[in-house]
Amino acid sequence: MTIELFLQYLFAGITYGSLYAIVAIGFNIIYNTTGIINFAQGEFVMLGGMIAVTLINFVPLPIAIFLAVILTMIIGALIEMIFIRWLESPSVLRMIIITIGLSIIIREVALHVWDESVRSLPYFVGNEISSVTILGTNISPQVLWVVGVCSLMVVALSLFFKFTSLGREMRACAANRRAAILCGINAKNMVTLSFVLSAGIGALAGCVMSPITYTQYDMGPGLAIKGFTVAILGGLGNSFAAVAAGLLLGIIEAFSISVVPLAFQDAIAITILLIILFIRPHGLFGSSEAAGLKEF
Amino acid sequence: MRGPEIHDRQQQPVNKEEREVAKRFITSTLAVVVALAAMITLLISSTAAEAHDIKVGAIIAETGPAAFLGKPEAKTLQMLTDQINAAGGINGDKIELILKDSGGKKENAVSFAKQLIEEDKVFAILGPSRSGSTMAIKNIMEESKTILISCASTKKIVDPVAKHVFKTPQNDSLAVRMIFMEMQKKGISKIAVVVGGTGFGKMGNMFLNELAPEYGITVLENETYSPKATDLSAVVAKLMANKEIQAVVNWSIVPAQVILAKNMRQAGWDVPLFLSHGFGNIKYVQTGGAALEGVLFPAGRLLIADSLPADHPQKEVLVTYKNDYESKFNEPVSTFGGHAYDALMILVNAIKAVGGKQDTAMVVDAIENMTFVGTGGVFKFSPEDHSGLKIDAFEMMTVKDGKFAKAM
Amino acid sequence: MDQVRRIIPVVFLIVFIVAVQLATKYTGTPFYLTQLTMSAYYSLVVVGLCVLMGYAGQISIGHAGFFAIGGYISAALTTHNLLELKDNAFVSLLNKYGVLVLREDLYGETLLTVHPWYACLLAIMTAVIIAFVIGGPVLKLKGHYLAMATLGFGIIIYQIVMATEYFGEADGISEVPSFNILPGIELGGGFEIRVVNYYIAWGLVVFGIIILQNLIHSRVGRALRSIHGSEEAANAMGIHTSRYKLYTFVLSAAFAAIAGVFLTHYNGSIGPSEAGVMKSVRYVAIVAVGGMAHLWGALIMSVILNFLSLRGVFGTYDDAVFGAILIVIMLFAPEGILGLGIFQKLKKIMSGGVSGKTPELQESKTGQKQV
Repeated sequence: MTIELFLQYLFAGITYGSLYAIVAIGFNIIYNTTGIINFAQGEFVMLGGMIAVTLINFVPLPIAIFLAVILTMIIGALIEMIFIRWLESPSVLRMIIITIGLSIIIREVALHVWDESVRSLPYFVGNEISSVTILGTNISPQVLWVVGVCSLMVVALSLFFKFTSLGREMRACAANRRAAILCGINAKNMVTLSFVLSAGIGALAGCVMSPITYTQYDMGPGLAIKGFTVAILGGLGNSFAAVAAGLLLGIIEAFSISVVPLAFQDAIAITILLIILFIRPHGLFGSSEAAGLKEF
Repeated sequence: MRGPEIHDRQQQPVNKEEREVAKRFITSTLAVVVALAAMITLLISSTAAEAHDIKVGAIIAETGPAAFLGKPEAKTLQMLTDQINAAGGINGDKIELILKDSGGKKENAVSFAKQLIEEDKVFAILGPSRSGSTMAIKNIMEESKTILISCASTKKIVDPVAKHVFKTPQNDSLAVRMIFMEMQKKGISKIAVVVGGTGFGKMGNMFLNELAPEYGITVLENETYSPKATDLSAVVAKLMANKEIQAVVNWSIVPAQVILAKNMRQAGWDVPLFLSHGFGNIKYVQTGGAALEGVLFPAGRLLIADSLPADHPQKEVLVTYKNDYESKFNEPVSTFGGHAYDALMILVNAIKAVGGKQDTAMVVDAIENMTFVGTGGVFKFSPEDHSGLKIDAFEMMTVKDGKFAKAM
Repeated sequence: MDQVRRIIPVVFLIVFIVAVQLATKYTGTPFYLTQLTMSAYYSLVVVGLCVLMGYAGQISIGHAGFFAIGGYISAALTTHNLLELKDNAFVSLLNKYGVLVLREDLYGETLLTVHPWYACLLAIMTAVIIAFVIGGPVLKLKGHYLAMATLGFGIIIYQIVMATEYFGEADGISEVPSFNILPGIELGGGFEIRVVNYYIAWGLVVFGIIILQNLIHSRVGRALRSIHGSEEAANAMGIHTSRYKLYTFVLSAAFAAIAGVFLTHYNGSIGPSEAGVMKSVRYVAIVAVGGMAHLWGALIMSVILNFLSLRGVFGTYDDAVFGAILIVIMLFAPEGILGLGIFQKLKKIMSGGVSGKTPELQESKTGQKQV
């Protein structure tokens, strides 16, 4: 393998990896405050992209993206308030089924609202064929946007959770819900907030990746599965680990093309997921003791 | 073996369980009665339509993974049926279209085909949109002697020939030949083949590999991508590393085919890119933008209807269909909808040809002897050829300034 | 006494099955049997999954995978023509022992394929073995991890089917032959053998229900209920929880595989949608709607919903309907649609709510604490 080819695979892997990581972060936020894996996370990504594509007909790109993120956040809040807020300590099984049901409904609504055709936002910089050359390899400037937004998001989130009182309250709920309530934190609001936050992150991801992957009503499940894989690979709930795991998975997938036919590419990710679940369910970067304390 | 004491200890819960069973029995009885009532309602509600109406069933993948095929097909069928009925129907008989959404699932196609044949007693079935579903009901149609005009392209649908089964899309092998002839002209002999992971991609792959030697062309690399692929830069890197490749054939019907084109151009790889007739949808061009400029692909003339010379035999059909569809649905026409147009019109013309009689044998005979100018080309059916299109149905096209144009 | 009580609903089911067939016969609507037969096979998967989910408390979002393993292997073996490989030592050996069969298809081509009987057996055996192998590690997981692992298994099967030429890739396999499962009893989709096939399908369901009922009311059943009460406590009492979970998993996988084999031969084809995630979700939805640990509820809802879906009643809203049902039931009636209303309340009052099928216990079904 020449150095040039190696770099091309590496950059392809980074592209995949940052897409996956950005979805995985959304999972982690909700999981952290609620212990729920939101199977409808992929649909937030789709909604963000779809709304932005629709709005771009009326307003400039940055405003369209901003509005799409806000609207998706509102949708996220509504979903939480209508379907989840009032349930009295639901079991995990019940939550899994509810979020799966939500993902189906959102998808079907999107199909009947936006129809089946593929849409995309324009490239933020340049167009479909422009590229930047890094170390002698061409990559699309949009990839840099995805990587940039992904990194910014992780930094912003960790600052939010560390230094704002709202962020601390959310973390308190995650650590010990009952104790948090006793301290006067409104745990229910924190759950709503986590849905808002992760819907917003999903929507932003949907906008940034739209020029690369395109946006279609049924893009959610595929992304969600990669997102889960990455979230579990990194250890549920850990956003930094999710980024590392995302890049790792992306790079594995990219390099696997040189040995395994492309048709099996998705099967590789799932196989990795199963292996991780069997041997290290707490993830590559998580500690088993911490995982043991979590309740599933 | 349980001792008696143990049994005693178990007595309490078992009793409860028994009561449970009894109660559940009542519940189930109630539910069953409801179900029975529902069924009887269904039985009664299935009233016979007017004897003269021509019942036509359609199994279309309006939702699911092939919705991009099914949606335009369903819209076309509905529009056309309304038009025909508004114009007085076929010799005075109205068409009653029974549209079923298969969701692209074979098992639903099988269930619907049986339902349409036996229960609705349709005269003919149009669709399914997908090769797999068509193959699943081919034998059912043949055994029940009901006409099927499929909108799927696999050659297996008409080979071996089943007396009652026809199809409207052009044969994949003809499109492959078209591409190879173009390559010969350009002096290309070493190519890479990348296909989308659907039935369409699979057939194309088979023919591309099978026919290549005939044209002195070698397939150096062969890959299949997922219909839901999000980025294909890794496979582009792999192909690009093989410096001998002179052209790439990207044979696919799914939207993801545009991603490959984009990733190739982003990587700065500018070998000629050939697409298939599965690219016949202007929406794909809009999403792909600049990356698709100059690609080459064979397709029916629907896409360049407006620029055809006025004396072209297909001109009138194409322009009429295009204008009707675009003004009614406010979206660009695609060749997929055209397949459904051809399917319904072939049936209508054949029924007209036999004087409006609903006689399967006579109509099959009429189709087999028919020459029909449709959106896909000029169909000439025969008892041996239930596809009817020749290589002249295709035109080599390209994308120029974001629009389809005839390749020079 | 206990036995008799248990038999009554089964007898009632059999009477109902026969009554429906006679009703369709005398009203001249035998075509309803087509979808009823198909629903029966899907119901077989559902009742198997019901015991796994409701009684053993283990969710599986991958059961379509087992269905597909059964259907696809049987379909592939009975359709791929081995005539060209006739001189191959292995093929001729198989031929010598009567494993292969020569037949002619509808268009006059001669095919040499594996005898459907052997193909079916092999398909079911394969599914059972796979269930055994993956069941061990998968069932060690809980909650989300269990859901993800079974989902992952389903997706892998889907990917394999979509990427393998032997299984027809996206087209699936068509022209799967019908055959005599017993002398004079033909399994297939022809209009003339429809009544027989209706009884084959429902016979299997009745048989399945009897097996499962016996299982639920046996030692194993009590052990299973103890698992979803509290797995740790059950373990401490000396119950081999993992072994019982595995048995149930394998049994339900076998049910799915049998349904897959039979439905594939009945339809004459199988496609990737049978292996898809939506199919698995649909099975879970029906079990949930039926009331989780409610065998009869699952059966009734499965027949009604599958029947309507296969007749295209929901139109383009097919998936949406299932999604909506899932949410509504899980929000308002987690104990199932039949658990609603007066019977449920009566049940609660009379049984004091301790019998393992009451909503209180269902809440903590997977033996998981609430978060």
